[in-house]
Amino acid sequence: MWHNLGQLLRYRGLIQSLVARDLKARYRGSMLGFFWSFVNPLLLLTIYSFVFTYLLQNRAEGLQPYAVFMFTALLPWTWFSSSLTEATGSLISGGNLIKKVLFPAEVLPFVTILSNMVHFLLGLPILIGFMVYYHVTPDWPQLPWFLVIVSVQLLFTAALSLFLSALAVHFRDVRDLVSNLLTFWFFATPIIYSYKDFPNYKNYFDWNPFTHLAISYQEILFFDGGFGHWKWLLALGGGSVVLFLAAYWVFDRLRDSFSEAV
Amino acid sequence: MSSPAITLEHVSKIYRRYGGRQFSTLKSALLSGDLVRKLRPEETFQALKDVSFTVPKGCTYGVVGRNGSGKSTALKLVAGITKPTIGTVQVEGRISALIELGAGFHPEISGRENVFINGIMLGLTKKEITKRFDEIVEFAELTEFIDAPVKTYSSGMYMRLGFAVAIHVDPDVLLVDEVLAVGDEGFTHKCLDKFGEFKRRGKTILLVTHSLGLVERFCDEAVWLDAGEKKAEGDPTRVVGTYVTDVARQEERFLAASDEKAKHDAGGAGQATPAGPVEVESHFGDMNQAGEGRWGSGGVEIASVDFQDEKGQSTHVFHTGELMRVILGVKAASPVRDFVFGIGLFTADGAMVYGTNTDIEELESDRLEGEATVTLTVDSLDLVEGTYKLDVAVHKRDGAPYDYHRLLHTFRVKSRIKDGGIYRPKHRWDFSTAIKFKPPK
Repeated sequence: MWHNLGQLLRYRGLIQSLVARDLKARYRGSMLGFFWSFVNPLLLLTIYSFVFTYLLQNRAEGLQPYAVFMFTALLPWTWFSSSLTEATGSLISGGNLIKKVLFPAEVLPFVTILSNMVHFLLGLPILIGFMVYYHVTPDWPQLPWFLVIVSVQLLFTAALSLFLSALAVHFRDVRDLVSNLLTFWFFATPIIYSYKDFPNYKNYFDWNPFTHLAISYQEILFFDGGFGHWKWLLALGGGSVVLFLAAYWVFDRLRDSFSEAV
Repeated sequence: MSSPAITLEHVSKIYRRYGGRQFSTLKSALLSGDLVRKLRPEETFQALKDVSFTVPKGCTYGVVGRNGSGKSTALKLVAGITKPTIGTVQVEGRISALIELGAGFHPEISGRENVFINGIMLGLTKKEITKRFDEIVEFAELTEFIDAPVKTYSSGMYMRLGFAVAIHVDPDVLLVDEVLAVGDEGFTHKCLDKFGEFKRRGKTILLVTHSLGLVERFCDEAVWLDAGEKKAEGDPTRVVGTYVTDVARQEERFLAASDEKAKHDAGGAGQATPAGPVEVESHFGDMNQAGEGRWGSGGVEIASVDFQDEKGQSTHVFHTGELMRVILGVKAASPVRDFVFGIGLFTADGAMVYGTNTDIEELESDRLEGEATVTLTVDSLDLVEGTYKLDVAVHKRDGAPYDYHRLLHTFRVKSRIKDGGIYRPKHRWDFSTAIKFKPPK
């Protein structure tokens, strides 16, 4: 297992060019091309803010401007959920490769996570634009934490993806299961609402790993008053390391079955 | 030439049979609750059984065998794509596997980008690819189209590009699985030249193919796998010879079985005969149009038809130029004075090759009674390779059949020379001194 993990470094060139290929191929033949990476979140943001600020008349105290509040956590969530959905099926759709070419299979889920991460990063300028427009200032001294949050999310997503993609090879319905669970998970996470409004449910929120990522993003970029959630974030980071190793172990155990089962 | 490049030691590969495994969905796994039972070893398929062979460095090694004999599994084990269930596989040096060309090409992006990604996948660095890029494109004959998306390529172009990348990985060990059928004649020659170059540079090649001529011409050693077991190993000519003999034997069995079946289907079971008249069909007007079958009045009966070779051995498989005997066992319950024996020889697609009978050859019948045999000897069976069908008949001079076997008997002719047509006349080539050929290998 450790050996294979080390081998992965040798394949970073492959991961890099596969991510580039993914991004290029995705917009090949479309008129707006890479511009879609900006347009997609922009449209998403417009719809959500229209629904929640005008139709549902959300006037919750402290969540104004609502569009910016919602977007700070929605953008990372989109990265997380589309990574998970795509990564779960990545071994199956890349089956041809696994059967015919010798290379570590974990490259495939990692590539989907990383190319979704690029979309996430390309969405950030939209968020910044809105922050400037609404005069929302981030927590400047705490801003370096942003990198930590992204890293923790990356690790956490990678861990889940490894596990799910390996499982999906043997049980195809994992894919459908995941996409449905993600919808549920989205509403169970304080993204379009604030956890502060539901103090009774704090225990439930605390059990949800993505809560801590969402709150971290919000505290740094949206709320005033420092980054009090860092302990939770680091705990999640530690948990993700363990989870990642466990998932990698499972993946490694199942590795030999992939070329026969996909 | 000494230390081995590839070593397989007592390798067995067992695949689980997913057809029998019912929990391909999570729900059924959970509901049926017999996850463990389903994994029991009887649900398995053994693709390789205790196979060992070593390939010395610089050797070109052929693997032959029927479909499903485990050839490709062996190749995948050497490539490291799958792991052996039992035993060990060791390979020295960098491997490149020509198993499926262009696996991993992305249709939407250009040939150029695909070359880079494919190259990296096969273990090259970006720098190495840049250095070899022009050579690769030139080899694939795609200079004009290299910047077009791969989805616009024809399947030949696709394969050529895949082949070009794989061959330029410059491996120490090259694994080739039946990929020489890519592209046109010219490209195939180029591939063979490339293999030749590999050979000269002392690289190891493992070649899985059905093209036996290639194995004989090209390989230093060969192994024959059959149903997952090693049947023969060593000198390619000998291995291929053993393999071909076995294939012929199997074909013989198959022909004998289908012969038996045809006779059975035609009503009269070959030997045990109905005493009464065999069914008479009214429309036997044009024999050559009729399908297979058997008819006749039964006054004289052809009870058996046997093919024999020179040594008197029954067989259904002959080699071009060999002696063939067709032996008819006939029976007449009461004396018959008017009879003609005849045969008709047809190709598998129904074209008549030859037909004759005793009447045409001016033999006048006198008397036939009881059991007798008729032997037709063909001293030299000058037919090209193929499957042939035989009509045999005994009838009156006016054509009314006693017993007519239409296309019921099949034999096969094999030949090392793949010439065309039906008939191979005895022939030879002579050349004046200005024309030189290389001495045969």
